[in-house]
Amino acid sequence: MKEYAYFPGCSLEKIAISYHLSALETTNQLGVKLTELEDWNCCGATAYFHVDELLAYTLSARNLAMAEKIGPEVVAPCSACYKNMYFTNKHLQDDPDLADHINDALHEDDLSYSGKMIVKHLLEVFANDIGPDAIKSKVVSPLSGVKVAAYYGCQILRPRKDHEDVEQPQFFEALMAATGASPVDYPLKMTCCGGSLLLSSRPAAYGMIHNLLHEAERVEADVIATACPLCQVNLECYQQQINQEYGTHFSIPVVYFTQLIGLALGIPAKKLGFGKEFLSPMKAIEEIKNMHNQQEAIAQ
Amino acid sequence: MADKPTFTSEVANLLLAAEGNPLSTCIQCGTCSGSCPAAPYMEQTPRRIIAMINAGFKDDVLKTNTFWYCASCYQCTVRCPSGIDIAEAMYALKRYTMWKNQYKEGLIGPTFSETFVKTIIRSGRSYEPLLAPTYIFSYGVREFFNEALNATNLMLKGRIPILPPRIKRLANFRRMIAHIIPLGGIE
Repeated sequence: MKEYAYFPGCSLEKIAISYHLSALETTNQLGVKLTELEDWNCCGATAYFHVDELLAYTLSARNLAMAEKIGPEVVAPCSACYKNMYFTNKHLQDDPDLADHINDALHEDDLSYSGKMIVKHLLEVFANDIGPDAIKSKVVSPLSGVKVAAYYGCQILRPRKDHEDVEQPQFFEALMAATGASPVDYPLKMTCCGGSLLLSSRPAAYGMIHNLLHEAERVEADVIATACPLCQVNLECYQQQINQEYGTHFSIPVVYFTQLIGLALGIPAKKLGFGKEFLSPMKAIEEIKNMHNQQEAIAQ
Repeated sequence: MADKPTFTSEVANLLLAAEGNPLSTCIQCGTCSGSCPAAPYMEQTPRRIIAMINAGFKDDVLKTNTFWYCASCYQCTVRCPSGIDIAEAMYALKRYTMWKNQYKEGLIGPTFSETFVKTIIRSGRSYEPLLAPTYIFSYGVREFFNEALNATNLMLKGRIPILPPRIKRLANFRRMIAHIIPLGGIE
């Protein structure tokens, strides 16, 4: 069983608890072990970088140091945590003075960091390390007929890490196709959800969220799959406000990709954190699966 | 005696840690503004801000909302044909106005960030209810009630903790932070 150090991040403790539960359930089913860091702290989000870069790097360095005790690879399910950890790691590798300075601070907590970790996003672990084929072979309850908008968001792909396709990636769609679902062509799949502007510059964020929902409706997505807690909260929990603001009638469920994969693997919905969302996709998913199965029966 | 640094060079110095090319290499193509999902809400678009910095219009740059409306999506950064890390420049301008206490009045971003940082120093982890007062009164009565309703629903669904989380080795954590920045008034 392959083991990764696992840094859930603050959102997954509560507001995105269904992401946490479904990540652990699905990886376990797929033969991957996520071992949580013993005393992780906040990654600094964007706010720390508004105030002080060095402090922000120190926060991520502490998590990296704890991860190193578990194994050579660390995985973050939140895009912001991932981006911060990835670039802190890179800066520490590139700049020995910075690494020395931060290691001095880490000694206050009896930690030190060698700079040798590999940082991955959970979506990458599923798409590259586990792979769609391995997932497909374990699907017992395919999501046939379900139209999924695979929504990448920003920071998984940007800023560019090394080799990834930042304009036309397809790995998320491939992952969704492995569950038996039909990924739709969703042109805004990498356009920002507004992130923390929802709190600090709300009208701008509402405009951005509205565009994404409008586009999801236009391409007739039954559900939006996300890989980031902030995207999930912005797109789902504020749909009523968007409807109020724009006179629209959006009702598009937004779930974590691990929840959809979990359903296809036959894991009970409750164990995947379903029931904690504002707009449940379960009814839609069951209806579509039934309809699809009927159509297949007729065709035969 | 050496000359006082210009605003252009001040911003350039703030960006020394970033890997992109200097703002002076900007060709004013507008790819950044065209790619930016927040540009319609900015008083000056990213392309114009870069032109204004290069022309030394310090006061005009500092009094726009532009960089506080950057959501850090990095679309501009990955597309810039001159290889300028524009999102990082927006961060640099945020920090510049925070340090100098010169940000545009009425913005929520600076207070929000400051409260966020203090929350983390206090407990090691983020806690949404402590951040709410920085913005909840700012968007009118309807939004206030919407936000309260949302928070209640989240709490009923078990998605907001009742008590703020905190890390175990908090004393060590704070010493670690004090090693980087003398905490002064915060402690």
